[in-house]
Amino acid sequence: MDGIADMGGTGGWGQAHPPRVDEPTFPEPWDGRAFALALLSTRLAGWNVDAFRHALERLDRSAYLADGYFGRWLNAAELMLIESGLLAPSAIQARARNLRGEHVQEPPAPEPVRLEDAPTAAGSLRTVDAAPAFAVGERVRARHISSAGHTRLPRYVRGHTGVVELIEPASVLPDTNAHFRGENPQHVYTVRFDSHELWGADAESFALTIEMFESYLEKIA
Amino acid sequence: MTTGGSADRVPASLRAEALEQLLTERGLVDPNVLDAIITTYETDVGPLNGATVVAKAWTDPEYRRRLLDDGTAAIRELGFIGLQTEHVVVVENTATSHHVVVCTLCSCYPWQLLGLPPSWYKDPAYRARVVREPRRVLSEMGLELGDDVQITVHDSSSEVRWLVLPERPAGTDGLPADRLVPLITRDAMVGVARIQAP
Repeated sequence: MDGIADMGGTGGWGQAHPPRVDEPTFPEPWDGRAFALALLSTRLAGWNVDAFRHALERLDRSAYLADGYFGRWLNAAELMLIESGLLAPSAIQARARNLRGEHVQEPPAPEPVRLEDAPTAAGSLRTVDAAPAFAVGERVRARHISSAGHTRLPRYVRGHTGVVELIEPASVLPDTNAHFRGENPQHVYTVRFDSHELWGADAESFALTIEMFESYLEKIA
Repeated sequence: MTTGGSADRVPASLRAEALEQLLTERGLVDPNVLDAIITTYETDVGPLNGATVVAKAWTDPEYRRRLLDDGTAAIRELGFIGLQTEHVVVVENTATSHHVVVCTLCSCYPWQLLGLPPSWYKDPAYRARVVREPRRVLSEMGLELGDDVQITVHDSSSEVRWLVLPERPAGTDGLPADRLVPLITRDAMVGVARIQAP
């Protein structure tokens, strides 16, 4: 979806930060709790990694950015638990307010939502019987698709022409898997783009590669 | 949506505690399991794994060849294939060719090799800009690359993960793998730094 998470090429973020030596994995204790809770919540809800990433990208701008990476994971875990009927929409807020000394009525636990969709195997790699539609060295174009749902086709490559560099193992299609509409595994291609094709004649000179699911690509006529 | 933004928003630390209590009370999570996950990612899964791969490649030409030909198979030999690291492509940095890795859509990262991503990797400025002006971004991060260095940026948009095999620093020729491992940094294995000689 064309949301906050699709950041490639966008402006307004300021300077990049030099790496810090010995940065802890979890700078604050709650970062680690939020991380582990999000992993376990995904399992509890029976959601897959694509559905979790879609929960992240559906957060509003403030929920996505305000408390950094682990705050974003916490908020996506909440969204996932609410949508799977494991938590009432106001449950975390009410409990958190009680934890800081308020006296707030907490909502009862809702009815869990049963998912019909289950993974066919662990992980994301699958086999696809059909031969790859594109060959290494072939010029291809990233389709100009603006999906309302989850996709791994970012805005900045859409409509641009590149060259297939590698054929990667076939993989579950995030666009349907994130919505529990099936794994629909596809061939995946590493496609190389020239920076001037993406950003124009005045851009820095470099190459960029990105993995494209087969349905994101079209032949050059 | 109840998350974020509202005037009575409580701190994330309290919201995390609230969520843990709610799930624990209903027997849905075990705090000991939470502790175990946190400990795993703080101590067991980290850049030492990637450094082990790199040091072996630097000292074993046959392994280096296998690693660059089929990263997944060569890394599996050392046991570092798993969650968020199912398939790995390894690219080599040299004096004239520089690779750098990003995930513009979230923060995909080879967990089994490098642990959880550092803050700079998750920073919107890095995610947004390294695919558009990598030379400038790397310079802001402290890595100056000459005009003769060709840059390739890898945006990990699928489950494919990228590992950079950094250039071995001068003056380390005689060192065995176990003396090289401590020199090899996470930042060099993502491509935003060089390895410094000891």
